[in-house]
Amino acid sequence: MLKMMSNTEVTIAKDNDGKSIWQFLIGEFKPRGKFLTPFNIISIPVILLGLAIIVVRFWKGLGSVTNLTQEVPWGLWIGFDVVTGVAFAGGAYVLTFMVYILNMQKYHSIVRITVLNGFLAYVFYAGALLLDLGRPWNVINPIIGNSFGTSSVLFLVAWHFLLYMVAQLIEFSPAVAEWLGAKRARKILSGMTVAAVIFGITLSTLHQSGLGALYLMAKDKIHPLWYSEFIPVMFFVSSVFAGLSMVIFEGSISHKVFNQISEKNHKAHSGIIIGLSKICAVAMFAYFFLQVLVFVHGKRWDFLNTPMGYWYLLEMIGFVLFPMLLFFYSYRRNNVLLIKVAAILTMVGVILNRLNVTVIGFRWDAAIRYVPTWMELVVTITVIFTEIWIFRWVINRMPVLRDSPSWVDEKN
Amino acid sequence: MALNRRNFFKVLGVTGATLAVGKAVKAAPAPGNNIEFSGILYDSTRCVGCQTCESSCAEANGLPAPVDTIEAGIIRKTDESHRTVVNSFKTSKGEAFLKKQCMHCNEPACTAACLTQAMYKTKEGAVIWRGNKCMGCRYCMVSCPFDIPKFEYHSANPKIEKCNMCYSRLTEGKIPACVENCPAEALIFGKRRDLIKEARKRIVEKPEQYTDHIYGEQEAGGTGFLYLAGVPFNELGLNTSIQTKSYPELSKGFLYSVPTVFVLWPAILLGIREATKNNHSNVEDDE
Repeated sequence: MLKMMSNTEVTIAKDNDGKSIWQFLIGEFKPRGKFLTPFNIISIPVILLGLAIIVVRFWKGLGSVTNLTQEVPWGLWIGFDVVTGVAFAGGAYVLTFMVYILNMQKYHSIVRITVLNGFLAYVFYAGALLLDLGRPWNVINPIIGNSFGTSSVLFLVAWHFLLYMVAQLIEFSPAVAEWLGAKRARKILSGMTVAAVIFGITLSTLHQSGLGALYLMAKDKIHPLWYSEFIPVMFFVSSVFAGLSMVIFEGSISHKVFNQISEKNHKAHSGIIIGLSKICAVAMFAYFFLQVLVFVHGKRWDFLNTPMGYWYLLEMIGFVLFPMLLFFYSYRRNNVLLIKVAAILTMVGVILNRLNVTVIGFRWDAAIRYVPTWMELVVTITVIFTEIWIFRWVINRMPVLRDSPSWVDEKN
Repeated sequence: MALNRRNFFKVLGVTGATLAVGKAVKAAPAPGNNIEFSGILYDSTRCVGCQTCESSCAEANGLPAPVDTIEAGIIRKTDESHRTVVNSFKTSKGEAFLKKQCMHCNEPACTAACLTQAMYKTKEGAVIWRGNKCMGCRYCMVSCPFDIPKFEYHSANPKIEKCNMCYSRLTEGKIPACVENCPAEALIFGKRRDLIKEARKRIVEKPEQYTDHIYGEQEAGGTGFLYLAGVPFNELGLNTSIQTKSYPELSKGFLYSVPTVFVLWPAILLGIREATKNNHSNVEDDE
């Protein structure tokens, strides 16, 4: 009750104290809360180091900080930052589908944070893509239209990233309008939500699978246990539970870290997590079944009794089948803790799968294997940390987790 | 379900976007059937491993002259400063040489992969790289089944290096530098169709000298660079299990599904949304 009171006060103050929009924005950009938190103490040096490495990368070339070779031109920055990161951002399209298309209002309270998470993921992972480009000043070429490589899967993925970021920004924009106290803008923007959602789901379907389709032409380079013409379908189906596991994981952290969630939503969260676990389990069952079909149909038994075969079994049984059963079990038992464990195992499995296609199984037979340098790792962690910084900044200012200001019409 | 003005505009917007984007992403690898591509025929049985092609290539393209010499059994690779290399192999018929460079595929994986058309199959048949378009994503390298495009990892302004069939010489009416300077006449330049005829003729006239196969006639959907050899091609380090379909075929199915998804998804999603609208009332305990 007290918290709600203070919220209202802030809103009123924002609307009425006569500060200009610039004064308000400058005030908002100042850091809030305690500065020397454990996260800050760890993340600030890492980010500074990462920025230094990025400077070297643009000054001396990619080879000065990465272990990329002529045979393995895409490494950790593509395989993890982009391909894996986008899979984890899939929660946004799945949740908007559930809430705005299937009208499952139960999940409405976590839509905003998921869309924000997805939007920032795309901004930062597309940003990571820029770091990996050798000639980034030409990045506008496929956009401005002087040279459309329309037969390229990457062309499709690039455009979809871009359009989907716009769609997600529209989906999230009512929160920005509420933060700025822009009532009229909020009305207009929230009227665009459904169109943005429909467009966004369509785009997500295509680029989640498109990220897999990127590797279709690398037929002779990827280990046969991970290559099939169904990579796009696999990537799409796994993005459903990858995204939802991320939502479960991120939600359980947010509910601990940020103390601005209303009592009602706090209580509803367990129910949400249990509902999501069921969806995860079903999606994982479909995925596992597809994988088994591809495996049997491709007659891949001979590969099983090899080191790569054991690695494949570990991924499929340890990090798909097992967490799937765990999701089912903990759903029946209403065990939220076990659901979180299953979500983490699932996320490990998705990371393994994406890296197996893009890095570990790519040129698996090469004499010299690609292993990322510590600098590639630091830059990857820098990208993640910076994203968390922005994420935290937004959550502490905009009504993402907390309830919307009182002037908002609840129906939307 | 009444279609009010608001919904009408929503549908209109989604359809419009669909048409605009759906058209842009339609896949169409250039059909090469009615164009006469040029190519190069390399006869391994005539090659003496003198490396003249390597040095003339370096000279013609402003690259450092090759310093390492050929040694049997040691595989030298093309890299960002060597567009072609000749290697020596110990084969069932003694020492044999093989020149390696871009294959200039009829339907190249690299050009299908390139999102800016920086990798480009010219009407002459040469696959060239255009620096003003390239954004350095290296997807061409991921896609090329022959591992031909090379990237300058130690440059702030990196280029993709690969054989371009001496495209600037071709436009001046000259032939590629390696072909012009080959003292053993192991290389000939011409229309691909004529080269295949010539290769067949050689096989028919001296069946004991040649393996009855032209590498590149079918491989990867047909390549502009064609090989003749006296031994099976896998003894010369060529990938003989390569598919005969072109590589862009592998992602064609996916690309063709894109316009379909773009038309069907929004319609289906809108339909489901309308159908589930009444669920609003009993939200608290669905599941």
